[in-house]
Amino acid sequence: MKEELIIAGFGGQGVLSMGKILAYGALMEGREVTWMPAYGPEQRGGTANVTVIISDQSISSPILSTFDTAIILNQPSLDRFQDAIRPGGTLIYDSYGIMQPPSRTDLHIYRIDAMDEAAEMHNVKAFNMLVLGGLLKVRPIVTVENIIRALAKTLPERHQNMIPLNEKALLRGMEIIRPEQSA
Amino acid sequence: MKGNEAIAHAAIRCGCDGYFGYPITPQSEILETLALEKPWETTGMVVVQAESELASINMVYGGGATGKRVMTSSSSPGVALMQEGITYMAGAEIPGVIVNVQRGGPGLGTIQPSQGDYFQSTRGGGNGDYNVIVLAPASVQEMADFMDLAFELAFRYRMPSIILSDGIIGQMMEKVVLPPFKARRTDEEVARECPWAATGCRGRKNNILTSLSLDPDFMERHNQHLQEKYRIIREKEVRYQEILTDDADYLIVAFGSAARISQKAIELLRQEGLRVGMLRPITLWPFPTQKIKELASRMKGILCAEINSGQMLEDVLLSVEGLCPVAHHGRMGGMVPTPEEVATAFKEKLINK
Repeated sequence: MKEELIIAGFGGQGVLSMGKILAYGALMEGREVTWMPAYGPEQRGGTANVTVIISDQSISSPILSTFDTAIILNQPSLDRFQDAIRPGGTLIYDSYGIMQPPSRTDLHIYRIDAMDEAAEMHNVKAFNMLVLGGLLKVRPIVTVENIIRALAKTLPERHQNMIPLNEKALLRGMEIIRPEQSA
Repeated sequence: MKGNEAIAHAAIRCGCDGYFGYPITPQSEILETLALEKPWETTGMVVVQAESELASINMVYGGGATGKRVMTSSSSPGVALMQEGITYMAGAEIPGVIVNVQRGGPGLGTIQPSQGDYFQSTRGGGNGDYNVIVLAPASVQEMADFMDLAFELAFRYRMPSIILSDGIIGQMMEKVVLPPFKARRTDEEVARECPWAATGCRGRKNNILTSLSLDPDFMERHNQHLQEKYRIIREKEVRYQEILTDDADYLIVAFGSAARISQKAIELLRQEGLRVGMLRPITLWPFPTQKIKELASRMKGILCAEINSGQMLEDVLLSVEGLCPVAHHGRMGGMVPTPEEVATAFKEKLINK
């Protein structure tokens, strides 16, 4: 098993922490993982992205130019990474603020309106867990149980009480993701 | 955990006595992790945020002179500032560890990854005839593993050693098994293991640790002693990793993060039926000159892949001695090559030239 994945959006959307929780979950399943962020000025308000690789075998390059799966959370990231997805790969995107929807015809495309859902839940912080839930629904690379365990491990003490809310968001994300196109 | 975090945890676990550093991207997590872990409450390890890189390296000079296992960390421009302290340590034969998580240069440069400090690290970096031991980790695991090794080598040979990492290895998270805890040495152990150190001279002649002498005769003899030490290190301490070289017609030589990227390039090239292997120098000084020469004698060509303009390339060329064609691919200023890019460069420069 090997999954090469990129998550890209705005700084502050929880892109890096989503990748971190996914990587920790995979680690708990005994897999090899790498998590490589774009750590530049992006982190401080611009676009942010992280490459996560999950594999049964040891991982060579943490730097990639093509991906099996892309999670795209804003227009600049869609423009930049749409063409980096391998034919037959998976694109998951949040339509919030997207003026030019995906144009590739050789991908599995899923849409998740997590921004709207998070607003409805009155919890913008649940956004990234909604998206992660959506990913796990269509690409079950890590079990939900292990994601919850990863959350418990990565959340600081003062935020441990947020786990039930995050779990709820994960499950809700699995419900609201919608297929838009098959490869 | 991140490579930077692994360095901090490994330092605490390997009996480090003191860390002195000044924050700079992309290595600030080292100091941050130490501050969170508060080792002064557990092992007694001292952690100081110094007022500058100059202060940090001189604190390392002072701590090392007393036989303590002390270290600093910084990134490229910060390590440039430390060069005076490093050459003083080499001259006075004071052990210590410097971690350099490289970023793009020259000057203040960028904060993105680079391997542009290869020359600075392997050619001494400061004034005078000296070398430092340079270890190049290629994974978060090696960041953890090389911490103790860097101290061991620094003390065995009484000289500074550098862990030459970069923004990729420092910022990346991977699985890591931390080394077991090793107690800090007691004062008695330090006095016994470091009879040269400034540990208090009651009952013995005082130890003087200095890099200064006004007598050129003495200084030449001191230099000859240093050179003899370096010869022994070249003979005994060369470390490298060979990957798929058994059946290889071609070789990629790469270190650190560039080796990880090149390993994927090799996977791609082998899918096309090209038998490519890798030699990854783990010690950049001493350099695996002999091993590369041996391999070169049966290769059709070598690509040196680096994240710089071609610095290790010079050592590869000196090793190969014209036995096979050598090409280079590199990026600079914080730009990082992709595996596809390295594979394409390999074919353009060595196959379809």
